Amino acid sequence: MSNVTGKTHPQLAAIFNQDEPRVDWHDETLWWVRQKRDIQAHKLPEWELLRETASQIKNNVLSNLSTYLEQFEANAINNGVIVHWAADAEEHNKIVHQLLQERGINRMVKSKSMLTEECHLNEYLKEQGIDVIDSDLGERIVQLANEPPSHIVLPCIHKKKEEIGDIFHEHLGSAKGESDPKILTETARQHLREVFLTRRAALTGVNFAIAETGEFVICTNEGNADMGAHLAEIHIASMGIEKIIPERKHLGVFLRLLTRSATGQPITTYSSHFKRPQQGTAIHIIIVDNGRSIQLGREDFRNSLKCIRCGACMNTCPVYRKSGGHSYHTAVAGPIGSILAPNLDMKKYADLPFASTLCGSCSNVCPVKIDIHNQLYKWRQVIVKEGYSPTAKTIAMKAMAFTLSSPGLYRSGGKMGRIVFKYAPFAVNNGLNPWYKHREMPKTPEESFGEWYSKRKEAKQ
Amino acid sequence: MKVALFVPCYVDQFYPKAAIATLELLEKLGVDVHYPKNQTCCGQPMANSGYEHLTKGCNSLFIDNFSGYDYIVCPSGSCTLHIKEHLHSAEKEEQATDIRKRVYELTEFLVDVLNVKDLKARFPYKVGLHQSCHGLRGLKISQMSELVAPAFSKPAQLLDMVQGLELVPLTRQDDCCGFGGTFCVAEEAVSSKMGKDRVDDHIEHGAQYITSADLSCLMHMEGILRRQKSDVKVIHVAEILNHSHE
Repeated sequence: MSNVTGKTHPQLAAIFNQDEPRVDWHDETLWWVRQKRDIQAHKLPEWELLRETASQIKNNVLSNLSTYLEQFEANAINNGVIVHWAADAEEHNKIVHQLLQERGINRMVKSKSMLTEECHLNEYLKEQGIDVIDSDLGERIVQLANEPPSHIVLPCIHKKKEEIGDIFHEHLGSAKGESDPKILTETARQHLREVFLTRRAALTGVNFAIAETGEFVICTNEGNADMGAHLAEIHIASMGIEKIIPERKHLGVFLRLLTRSATGQPITTYSSHFKRPQQGTAIHIIIVDNGRSIQLGREDFRNSLKCIRCGACMNTCPVYRKSGGHSYHTAVAGPIGSILAPNLDMKKYADLPFASTLCGSCSNVCPVKIDIHNQLYKWRQVIVKEGYSPTAKTIAMKAMAFTLSSPGLYRSGGKMGRIVFKYAPFAVNNGLNPWYKHREMPKTPEESFGEWYSKRKEAKQ
Repeated sequence: MKVALFVPCYVDQFYPKAAIATLELLEKLGVDVHYPKNQTCCGQPMANSGYEHLTKGCNSLFIDNFSGYDYIVCPSGSCTLHIKEHLHSAEKEEQATDIRKRVYELTEFLVDVLNVKDLKARFPYKVGLHQSCHGLRGLKISQMSELVAPAFSKPAQLLDMVQGLELVPLTRQDDCCGFGGTFCVAEEAVSSKMGKDRVDDHIEHGAQYITSADLSCLMHMEGILRRQKSDVKVIHVAEILNHSHE
C-alpha cells in the first residue's frame, strides 16, 4: 500500500485515536491473541530452545542464501516446477501477467501473500484488465472494502462484524443488518466456492521453501490456498528469497513456532506441501528479491530477513495495538514492518522506526529472535544521518546536546526551567506543547538534587 | 566500597526527593556514596531520537565524572541501560568499558551486590508496581512475561520487605506506559492513550500508589493521573524502601 494520504505515523495514529472505544476494542482484540500465544508458548518447556534453534537455522540460511536458493531451484526444476527470478516488484508483477496472458486467462484466485501486497500486484493486474479475487476470508473482506490489510496474519482485524455485514450486504447480497459471523462466513463460503470452481489460475504465497527437496509449504487456516491451487490449471507461487530453509527436518521447528506465535494455535489447520504439478497442470515459482539482498548487505538489519511473518510482534506491540495497522502506511505493519520498510524507501518510511517506545516486547515474542527493538534504534541513527529527520528536531537536539555537555549551562538552564515552570506556567502549559495536551507538567521542586546536596555538604563541614 | 551516585537530569531537576531517598537508603545500608557534582545527562534523549552522534560531549563528561568508582548506582533503569549499552568514547574507550560494567540500577544493586535481605521500612498502602520496559527487558531486573522462564522481580523482592505494603496484581503485568522519551511528544496521541490504559490497570486493582524503578514512566503516569484529578499518586521505589519505620 502506498501512503496515498502523505500522512505520517503520528498523524494517522492521532486520527485512529479520535475514537477511543474503537482503540480499546482493537487493543483488547490483539492483546487477546498475544495472551493465546503466551498460553501456547508456556505449554512447551523447550520454547526458548525452539526459538534459538530457529534463529540459528535462519542464520545459516542468510549466510549461504545463494547456495540454498540454487539448490532449491535445481530440485524444483527436477520436480517439474518452472522457476522464475524477479529482481523487483515490477518484474514479479510482469511475470505473473505474462503467465496469465500466455494462457489467455483474465481471472485469477489468490490466497494470502504479503509479498504480493508489497509488490502491489492486485492494483497492477487490475490495470491490465485482470480480475483478482483474494480467497482468504480476511483478505477478501478488505479487498471488497477497497482497503489494504491492516495486519499480516489477521488482515481485517480492524473491522467489526457489523461493518463486515455492511460490506457483504453491498457486495455479496447478504441481508441488510446481518452481522452473525456464522451467516456471514457462509455467505463468503458460497461466494468463494464459485470462485474456486471457475478460476483457471491460482496464486499463492510461500511460507517455507525447502532447498533439499525443492518443495514448498503453505500454511492456512481456511484451506483456501489448497482449494485454489488444486482446482486451477496453473499455480503461481510467489516467494521472497528469504523463505528458504535448508532441509525438510527443519520444518518441524518452524511449524511448531509459526502458529503458536501467530494466533496461539498449536499448528495451522492446513500446512500443505507442494512438490510437483499434477498431470495437466503447471506450477510456477517466482523467487523475488525486491530489496532483500540490499537488506542482507546491511549488517545491522540483515537479521530482519529471518522473519517468518507470524505477526507476533504486532500483537504484542502497544503502539501497534493503539495506532492500528494502517497508520504504518506499508504492506507489513508493526515493529517488523518498521524495519523492513525503510530498506525499500528510506524517505517515505523515515517516520516508522520512531513509531516505537523501544519497549523490547517485540524482540521477546519473535520466534526467530530478531532483535527488533535494537534494529529500530539503529534505523533511527541511519535515518538522521541520511538527513531524513525534520530540521527543527535537529536544531533542538543540537541545542540539547550543547547544554547537557556543560555542567554550568545545565545547572543554570535547569534553574531557569524551574523558574519558568513556576512563575510562567502558561509558557509550557499551552496547546503548542504536545505533552500538555493530555498530561499535566511535572511539579517543580524548590531546588534540584544538586543544590540540595551542596547545601548538605556545606552544613556537614 | 566506593559508590558514585548517578542522578539523571530529569530526576535532579524535577524529582530530587527520589535522589535524596536513594542516597539516604544507600547510606543507611552502610555504603560510602559520592555524588560527582558535574554530572548532567546520560545522553539518552539524543540517542533514542537518532542523534547518538551528538552524545559525544555527554559521554565524555560522564566518563570524567564516573571513572574510578567500584560501582555507579542510578535510580533509573532507563538511564542505566543507556550507559550500559551506549557509553563509548574514541579517546577514553577503556574507561567507558569499565563504567559500562560497573553501572547498576538501584534495585539490582540492592539485590545483586548488597544482597539486602531486610529493610527497616514501612509503607502501609496498596501499591502497583510498574515494571519499566528498560529495567525489565533491558536490564532484566524482572522476568519478562513473553519469555518461558521462571518468574522473578528484584523490585518486588525488595518491596516485599516493606512492612504494611500490599502489592496489587495487574492485568497486564509488563505493558509499556508509553513514555518512550521523545516518543511522548512525537506520538502524543498513542503515548497518552498508552499511559491512560497503564494507569487504569493500577487503579482498577485498587492501587493507592504506583511505583517503579524508573521515574520517567512515573512522570508520564503522574501527568495523566493529575490531569484526571485522581487521588492515586506515583512514588519512586527508593522513596518506599527508604520510608521511615514509624
